[in-house]
Amino acid sequence: MAEFTMPSLGADMDEGTVIEWLVKPGDTVARGDVVAVVDTAKAAVDVECFDSGVIEDILVQPGVTVPVGTPLAVIGSEDGAKPKPVSQPKPQPAAVPVSQPEPAAVPVSQPEPAAVPVSQPEPAAVPVSQPEPAIVPKPKPQPAAVPAPQPERAPVPVPAPAPPPPSPRPRPPVVGPLVRKLSAELGVDLTTLHGTGRGGAITRADVQRAARPAPAGRGKVTPYARRLAKELGVDLTRITASASDGIVRAGDVRTSKPAPVTPEPSPVTPVADKARAMREATAKLMARSKREIPHYYLSTTIDMSAAMARLAELNRDLPVERRVLPIALVLRACARAAAKVPQLNGLWTDEHFEPGAGVHLGMAVSLRGGGLIVPVIADATELGPVELMDRVRDLVTRARGGRLRGSELTGATITVTNLGDRGVESVFGVIYPPQVALVGVGKVLDRPWAVGGLLGVRPVVTVTLSADHRATDGHTGARFLEIVQKLLSRPEEL
Amino acid sequence: MTPDEAREMISAALLTVAPDAELGDVAPDADLREELDLDSIDFQAYAAELSRRSGLPVSEDDQRGLTTLAAGVEFLTRARVRP
Repeated sequence: MAEFTMPSLGADMDEGTVIEWLVKPGDTVARGDVVAVVDTAKAAVDVECFDSGVIEDILVQPGVTVPVGTPLAVIGSEDGAKPKPVSQPKPQPAAVPVSQPEPAAVPVSQPEPAAVPVSQPEPAAVPVSQPEPAIVPKPKPQPAAVPAPQPERAPVPVPAPAPPPPSPRPRPPVVGPLVRKLSAELGVDLTTLHGTGRGGAITRADVQRAARPAPAGRGKVTPYARRLAKELGVDLTRITASASDGIVRAGDVRTSKPAPVTPEPSPVTPVADKARAMREATAKLMARSKREIPHYYLSTTIDMSAAMARLAELNRDLPVERRVLPIALVLRACARAAAKVPQLNGLWTDEHFEPGAGVHLGMAVSLRGGGLIVPVIADATELGPVELMDRVRDLVTRARGGRLRGSELTGATITVTNLGDRGVESVFGVIYPPQVALVGVGKVLDRPWAVGGLLGVRPVVTVTLSADHRATDGHTGARFLEIVQKLLSRPEEL
Repeated sequence: MTPDEAREMISAALLTVAPDAELGDVAPDADLREELDLDSIDFQAYAAELSRRSGLPVSEDDQRGLTTLAAGVEFLTRARVRP
């Protein structure tokens, strides 16, 4: 049995929202299948699973935001074996996302409100910043079910996950100690509850839901009150009836304040929030980079005439939609140089450098309307110029207009940023942690250039390197740029 | 192709690349890449879309010459009517 967890789709991601499940309990999945769509601060991403088997349970419903590492679904072995008895202690799910470099990565339990942008103000008790960790993996079966931000959107009650495989005998409700404690505090009778957790386990959310008076929006609203609420933009779910019969009347609507930006029960984040969330994600990661990484910077200007001639030759027989742009040759040169200078290709983790297995080239792509996303060209050294260009075009197009897969956003060992299209001559970038090098590519420009004692006009490009001084010294970085230059002056090798 | 038809085709092709583009504000001789914030991959996609819609081959030189609305109209209208 395996847990499918919220993946880390880049070092700048620490939580994600399930937008859609593409599988349901009982479906057979294979490693690499896209099983869900997850919204990060930057984009909706098709997320693949890393195990094969049968989906046994969906633990997080669409619209819910959870930290990286939170179990989203349970995948059972293919032979249809039933999940182990729930009361049996199970291995602790990693509360701290393993794949993420930062240790402090459980944002839901953090005090800053900004860290939990999606969660709605909870009318009911249970402060979000309770001392106990938000993911409650402790000893018991209570599925680490999405504690704090469980949306209290009454009109669309979070549908109970499809019931576990039908069990012949009714089982007593399974209750973890923390849930039991909570139920005692809130005065909820556990025997009256229907557990929505795995194997019918009662979750914190079940208890919290039971502790709250039935929200009015669910039914008992007079027609006039409902119409008035609509006209005034008042969220019915936030109104408590004043009358003892629990029916919300027009007066209740009038006295309630207009709902503060009523979040539609839609999993898609509004555009403005999206832009802000993206800015925040970039801000956090870049600030961390500049705080932690002692950058050094190198720059060199490269004569591109041989490379441009090679491009013209390549493009002569290609249709317009497959023509190779100069950046593809530069990317290819960078990938091959990174393979030759492995000290720049990899990650800085736990105070030491871990070289990458293969060159996986991150490529900073600016999005229309702002923001950056960094898809990854896996095994970039294996691709010829035309294939590399096809790959770049595909990733850029999907990053902007379509959808990337989770695996296309992870695993970069070095990143290239290209601002040539914006007309700048050179760019000194900020390293994308935990990588140790970032290559900046400027515009190909015609410039006076001395060759063999004569002055001529040549197309030139300025390529820069920002590198982590903890991992390498300037000498190593210089070697990298020298190799890039040599490769671009002998493009028949590219 | 008439200039109006050409303009219509250009607008449609540009909108596939830059769905948010406000083409009404773009001067005929303004550089589309700057006006609409197109990078070289966007621009290549635009040229490819124009080629696909018109049935005309777009050489690298042609592509370089498509940077303004006026040049695009010129390119499409001067082409001989296809059989």
